[in-house]
Amino acid sequence: MLAYILRRVLYAIPILIGVNLLTFALFFVVNTPDDMARLQLGVKHVTPEAIERWKVEHGYDKPLLLNVQAQGSAQFTDTIFFQHSAAMFAFEFGKGDDGRDIGNEITTRMGPSLAIALPVLVIGLMVNITFALLMVFFRATYLDLWGVVLCVVLMSISGLFYIIAGQYFIAKLWNLLPISGFAGGIDGFKFILLPVLVSVVAGIGSGSRWYRTIFLEEIGKDYVRTARAKGLSEVRVLFRHVLKNGMIPILTGVVVVLPLLFMGSLITESFFGIPGLGSYTIDAIQAQDFAVVRAMVFLGSFLYIVGLILTDISYSWVDPRVRLQ
Amino acid sequence: MSFMPVILWTDRLIFALLAGVLVLVWFIRRHEHLRAPWRLVAQRPMAMGAALVLGVFVAIGLLDSLHYRERLADSRADAPQYSVEVLSVFDALVNGLRTRQEKTYSAPLAMQLYAKEFVERDGATVRDYPRLHYGGAHLTHADAHGPDIARRALVGLAQGLAVGLLLFGLLAAWQARRTQTHMGAWLEAWATGRLGWPARTVVLVLALMLLLGGALIQLASGYHVFGTDKVGQDVLYISLKSIRTGLVIGTLTTLVTLPLAIGFGIAAGYFRGWVDDVIQYIYTVLNSIPGVLLIAAAVLIVQVAIESNPELFDTAAARADIRLLALCLILGVTSWTGLARLLRGESLKLRTLDYVEAARAFGVSHARIISRHIFPNVFHLVLIAIVLDFSGLVLAEAVLSYVGVGVDPTMYSWGNMINGARLELAREPTVWWQLGAAFVFMFTLVLAANLFADGVRDAFDPRMGTRR
Repeated sequence: MLAYILRRVLYAIPILIGVNLLTFALFFVVNTPDDMARLQLGVKHVTPEAIERWKVEHGYDKPLLLNVQAQGSAQFTDTIFFQHSAAMFAFEFGKGDDGRDIGNEITTRMGPSLAIALPVLVIGLMVNITFALLMVFFRATYLDLWGVVLCVVLMSISGLFYIIAGQYFIAKLWNLLPISGFAGGIDGFKFILLPVLVSVVAGIGSGSRWYRTIFLEEIGKDYVRTARAKGLSEVRVLFRHVLKNGMIPILTGVVVVLPLLFMGSLITESFFGIPGLGSYTIDAIQAQDFAVVRAMVFLGSFLYIVGLILTDISYSWVDPRVRLQ
Repeated sequence: MSFMPVILWTDRLIFALLAGVLVLVWFIRRHEHLRAPWRLVAQRPMAMGAALVLGVFVAIGLLDSLHYRERLADSRADAPQYSVEVLSVFDALVNGLRTRQEKTYSAPLAMQLYAKEFVERDGATVRDYPRLHYGGAHLTHADAHGPDIARRALVGLAQGLAVGLLLFGLLAAWQARRTQTHMGAWLEAWATGRLGWPARTVVLVLALMLLLGGALIQLASGYHVFGTDKVGQDVLYISLKSIRTGLVIGTLTTLVTLPLAIGFGIAAGYFRGWVDDVIQYIYTVLNSIPGVLLIAAAVLIVQVAIESNPELFDTAAARADIRLLALCLILGVTSWTGLARLLRGESLKLRTLDYVEAARAFGVSHARIISRHIFPNVFHLVLIAIVLDFSGLVLAEAVLSYVGVGVDPTMYSWGNMINGARLELAREPTVWWQLGAAFVFMFTLVLAANLFADGVRDAFDPRMGTRR
């Protein structure tokens, strides 16, 4: 088990290096620091001096990979690649365009992101499983058929619509909850309620339809027939057997996204003014703050790989038939 | 009036895609085993109803892809000058909608502007809602407003009904003749649903669309049915123009995805070994980068490239078009991994099957084994992925445009409509029609696509047959 985990962790390193090289290529080779400076300072009417000044300010005035003017190991360390890309492995992200330390921002913004993402995940899971089980219980009836159609209808509505409609009706028209904002501690509860509600509702369509297929797949299996033959009631079969076994693919699907919860949701956070990592990313994209975008790419990839490793481990944990080697 | 045809890059690809689809249809029609699953699709009422709606959207999109530039009226005959505005055949068809521009916001079917202004009336200047230049301009008195709308809607509905009845009569006559029965017998079979194809749904959906279309055409000739936007442009026109953008993103992205997914997926599963390792490495790396960020990074790069080479584009439309194409490319590059993984798993299974082993033992080349034995057996997965991805891509466009890395801001798209109108909800009274129209159009297209995709998946996925 330990050897397996170790091997997976070692396997993660070349992937992170690949991500790092790709972002380096995208941000420094294809799109040179000169281009970035021009984009930031305005494409027209920009002097070469202004570009040079911008590059010095941001530390982009060094050679890309090899500094021939420097001595000794500084030939490699005094370069853009070493200082801006390789440094990420030590989680040193440098400063954003606003002069704030990115690493610091990430740690303070993880909390609010998690405050939204975690309740959405847990409540959404419960709601979707409930709907899926109901549809499976009434399978092959009109209730099931129209349930699926309703799911497809809900899926076909743009996520932006749920947010805008939720903000407009619940917050603006009926004044039930604040439109947007965030506060720490107990006061934050009323701010969290609306984004969580909207996100859960937005996810019902695709979630319950997917879980329904998982449960239906289980219900066709032999052990379910055996359970029915023993004389168990349908409800008991559903809860004791189908739900329990159907949870394996559902839970492992959840484990993959667990670490990514820290990243937050771009759109939800931006609409509801949550000071989390999602709105941080979106602000960085809109302000074309490349340092922050690069940091978020690295962080996202890192968390995704952590999720993959956790999934493999959880497989062996919930399903004893899976042996890791 | 003479004109110069303009062929944008996406137009070229759209018509290439259309040609490809037509060839595929011709090929499928000639092979019975390929036709069988499509027959199943054709028997599903929901799928067929959705296909009709999709057909209308596609027709509008195709008409909107035939671009041209009009000749300026005052240019000399020997040295013609062309307008910088790129129009399409669809624009020519709905010319009234395009040109009837108001001053600013006006509500759906309104005859007055949304905001009060100082207007001259009976020699005195009063603050009131000014009349629109075009919306309800034929009315002399405000009292006639309601009855006029009702009259136009009824006339439109009646016209739609008339066309619908005519078409239905022709269909019944043709079908009765084809099956050599009486029209009465055919009608009875139709009413009881015993025709072998979902004729009731098809006729009903068609009738609904005709009724809606009739009413819409009648109302649009005198009013702005969905109101006007901030610069006074007809929202119905913008929504209709956005159809092409949505379709382009939904289809051309898949066109980019397919070669990558099929090539890499099958190669990884079939050859295994180091090929598999390399391909798996590539798609784990691509997958691990958050999609939005990769798209954002690539779009920013494209933006820089476009802005530093302005001489390459002779019109704003050409520039926006290249950006749309770049967006499709980027979305394709970031979204092929899911299908590739699926195809890899399937090829891994297929390569161990007896007939593949036998082919290999006979010394058949890899290329031939893949094209004759592997690819035809994974094709249903490719098809299901195409139809399932379409709706997701249409929805993604809106989100990306909101983030600021979507289509060009000058391009008509539902994402841009939502983005532009989002903050207007805070106004008093609310400006809701722009958002409403964008969401209704997007919802209709995505719902139709989803229902059709469900039908296709149920017909093609072999696992589905045994479940029910």
